[in-house]
Amino acid sequence: MEDLSLHILDIAENAIRAEATRIEIILTKDDGHDLLTLEIRDNGKGMDSETLARIRDPFFTTKQKKTGLGIPLLAQTAEQTGGRVEIESAPGKGTVVTATFGWCHVDRPQLGDVASTVVTLIAGHGADVDILYEEQTGSGLHRIDTADLKRELESVPITDPAVLDAVRETLKTEFTLMNEVPSNVMR
Amino acid sequence: MAKLTIADLKKIKEEYHANQQLREGGFTAKITVHMGTCGIAAGARGIMDAILDELNKSGRKDVAITTSGCAGLCSKEPMLTIERTGEAPVKYIALTPDKARKIFTEHVMGGNAVKEYALVVGHETTY
Repeated sequence: MEDLSLHILDIAENAIRAEATRIEIILTKDDGHDLLTLEIRDNGKGMDSETLARIRDPFFTTKQKKTGLGIPLLAQTAEQTGGRVEIESAPGKGTVVTATFGWCHVDRPQLGDVASTVVTLIAGHGADVDILYEEQTGSGLHRIDTADLKRELESVPITDPAVLDAVRETLKTEFTLMNEVPSNVMR
Repeated sequence: MAKLTIADLKKIKEEYHANQQLREGGFTAKITVHMGTCGIAAGARGIMDAILDELNKSGRKDVAITTSGCAGLCSKEPMLTIERTGEAPVKYIALTPDKARKIFTEHVMGGNAVKEYALVVGHETTY
């Protein structure tokens, strides 16, 4: 994966395959500990302890294929920055994937185009799945929640191109993490 | 736009309803972008961006967009499947955003499959 926004898309797509109706993506930048934490919560069908125990094995998958690379790739990315991945899940209880990354670590990929990730999720599944995207940084909290947008839009589909454009523009202009560069990186 | 406000959403809502009489009843085509780990790593999100851009420019409201998981042909990603009402689905492989735009114009809009990018005619199966 080229950047963290592609990992976010991958994990969120897993949640959709797990029949989630709500996915919460929360990024927290902790300047004091030089950490970026990514938390993805879903209310999908969850996993039993046997599945959970094998989820980091790239040759384990619940699908009719031979590999399951999403979580191993995310764990590799986190660990190469001094971070880690933790997963909590239980059948019927949904799943929480938490990944931490060293913010200033030289091997941390850029956050990337998170606007395209969120818009892709809404365009593909926004009618049936609510998406929350939230950034908590030193400069404050920014969040966009399609459940709130749907209430205001009433009968207009959340997947309407005008809505998707507005969401993309808001994410690009109001949400700052996408454009932040660690202080130790020369511009 | 600096911030997505309730006023912005109201404006979208008014414009949507103003154009509603032009809409057809249901969807006439469905585009499925394969968004498994393999597809994402190969560039599927860029394919989705291109499709959304073409859909926006076309003004069409009768085209459904969705994503699916791995189709078991990871080396052929990025892939998408086009389904038009009353026609067999067509699976496209090894795409680029430009190829996706051409497929949108010629197949989704024009009804003519782009044979040079197509793998197979058949139903969608994902794993």
